[in-house]
Amino acid sequence: MDFLKFFNRDTGPSKNVAKERLKLVLVHDRTNCSPHFLDMVKDDIIKIISDYVEIDESGLEVKLTKTKRDSDDTMMPALVANIPIKKMKDKSRT
Amino acid sequence: MGEAIVITSGKGGVGKTTTTANLGTGLSQLGYKVAVIDADIGLRNLDVVMGLENRIVYDLVDVVEGVCRLKQALIKDKRYEGLFLLPAAQTKDKNAVSPEQMRKLTNDLKEMFDYVLVDCPAGIEQGFKNAIAGADKAIVVTTPEISAVRDADRIIGLLEASELRDPLLVINRIRIDMVKRGDMMNIEDMIDILAIDLLGVVPDDEAIVISTNKGEPVVNENTSLAGQAYRNIAKRIAGENVPFMNMESNESFVSKLRKLFGLAK
Repeated sequence: MDFLKFFNRDTGPSKNVAKERLKLVLVHDRTNCSPHFLDMVKDDIIKIISDYVEIDESGLEVKLTKTKRDSDDTMMPALVANIPIKKMKDKSRT
Repeated sequence: MGEAIVITSGKGGVGKTTTTANLGTGLSQLGYKVAVIDADIGLRNLDVVMGLENRIVYDLVDVVEGVCRLKQALIKDKRYEGLFLLPAAQTKDKNAVSPEQMRKLTNDLKEMFDYVLVDCPAGIEQGFKNAIAGADKAIVVTTPEISAVRDADRIIGLLEASELRDPLLVINRIRIDMVKRGDMMNIEDMIDILAIDLLGVVPDDEAIVISTNKGEPVVNENTSLAGQAYRNIAKRIAGENVPFMNMESNESFVSKLRKLFGLAK
């Protein structure tokens, strides 16, 4: 039975799974990141970027995730914005 | 002037009441005058855990509403010198008391006692706000489960928002066999996540269930590991520097012998 268990351990001991899940859920809890907060960020981003670029507002997505820090590979909370561009506005011509 | 300490957790069932009862008893055995308050109005339980349920005449709400004097509502635990319980009301709800009233009550008790321990109800609503209102310090109890640690994290944030800085952590119901297997978060994992100082670790122990059945705190059981853990925590609260218990000593004499002869797994 024990060797079966051994092969089953691809995710490591269950406490590591618990720890990772917990860390991720706490990123959201701690930032108190309500949908309203993300909407406000989204609206402001649209306002500023629209001065320079024509963007697809319906496709714009702002979310809170985790990402690995380059320096030491620790997981860090990150605010990720996905902004589809329709057309660049050439400000120098106006 | 004494010190008021609130024992809180967010999640229910992690051992706030058991911890309050045992630390109250433990501190009284160190020679301090201790009042334990059951702030869980409507769901009172500290009285049964301490075995004082038959002696309640007045309760916390009676004191706040001026039905009786504070001293009349305090139940003296005859088994332990200097230990008193202020029970919660069972027929009212959390809104029967305001944070201002709780602050005044705790301050009055601090005049009379060295330590005032407040058993906080589960949740983050009115009952929690009442319980922490008069506290100088906070102890956060958690168990090695995702749900309990998550709630502890939320509570730590709310305590800090209420100016209760540097809460101390008690990890309850840890199972060393499961930690060794890697199937339970260990002490370092939880401190790492919650980022607060550790006050003590209480192992999962059948003696807790048995002592609660009888209405006697486990802190008096000399043979119980949980009892030992609570005695250590009480001493740390009183300012003594007690090293953390070596949980390995959990093994029985027989299993040690087995190991010696290479019979154990």
